[in-house]
Amino acid sequence: MARIVVITSGKGGVGKTTTAASLAAGLAKAGHRTAVIDFDVGLRNLDLVMGCERRVVFDFVNVINGDARLHQALIKDKRLENLAILPASQTRDKEALTPEGVERVLEELRQDFDYVICDSPAGIERGAHLASYHADDAVVVTNPEVSSVRDSDRVLGLLASRTRRAEEGMDPVREHLLLTRYDPQRVKKGDMLSVDDVQEILAINLLGVIPESKDVLNASNAGIPVVLEEDADAGQAYEDAIARYLGEERPHRFLEVERRGLFGRMFGG
Amino acid sequence: MGIADYFRERRSRRNSASVAKERLQIIVSHERAERGGPDYLPMLRQELLEVVRRYVTVDPDAVRVEVERDGPHEVLELNITLPEQSGSEVSTQHGG
Repeated sequence: MARIVVITSGKGGVGKTTTAASLAAGLAKAGHRTAVIDFDVGLRNLDLVMGCERRVVFDFVNVINGDARLHQALIKDKRLENLAILPASQTRDKEALTPEGVERVLEELRQDFDYVICDSPAGIERGAHLASYHADDAVVVTNPEVSSVRDSDRVLGLLASRTRRAEEGMDPVREHLLLTRYDPQRVKKGDMLSVDDVQEILAINLLGVIPESKDVLNASNAGIPVVLEEDADAGQAYEDAIARYLGEERPHRFLEVERRGLFGRMFGG
Repeated sequence: MGIADYFRERRSRRNSASVAKERLQIIVSHERAERGGPDYLPMLRQELLEVVRRYVTVDPDAVRVEVERDGPHEVLELNITLPEQSGSEVSTQHGG
């Protein structure tokens, strides 16, 4: 029986899709059968970040409407055999995702996969609600920035009250904080909220800290989940976060300013 | 830039993260209090605001309604801030 994991944030542009792509690829790489669904109906993006945009034939809404079977719409990743992607529809009809349809698709995915990753759209409206409703776990993606932290807190409130687990009185959704676009240099200067500050305010388990890194853009330019870029600091930080999600204890890296020698300070950029 | 400016800038910059943290702690605890409370709170707040506005011109955020737990009791706290020229803050509390 699969676990359903929602990647959520409230605020847009904080790294949800990057995180969904890397979490899914990392879990698949670790040997788990993983499906990742793009819930952002109208604005399809996950396919592009994962590099399978040219292979989209059917989408999530086609499956819900019965125009295609689930296995026809699922795109098998070319790099990882355990990984499948269900792309979002580009329809402008906001009602296209129905609660019953979403539930049916998730139930079917639960049978065949170990993890189902739901990439939530921004906001707290219908699409975001449907993406988080069935979640067992939530990864709340947050930037060290006031509006993002506040929105994350709103989202945590919704996870505690408006999910199936909450409504049916089951164990609550397990909430994890993933702090992205972290810049230790600016934290040290006092320009940026530190990981301790954010954790103190949100008070949930810290899954990982992803450093601000050019590798994230480079990877999405190429359509490769950044976690598969083993030399990239952001990729390594995602790999650590995934290992922690799977129960391993790993120290947090990339929290301190890199020490540079005199030479580096004189000639470095 | 003079050396005094340099240090002034350094000091004000050092503060921006702590200002952010303080502001967040206040707004988040405020929003959590509202969230945990009964569903009628926003409506109650809105209607109180309308009543107050029949007599005094106040900001939309002049009326604050919070429910706090105090042991077995729930305390409904109403805070209405009047504009400065018409006197100081009026505060009413009801336990129940």
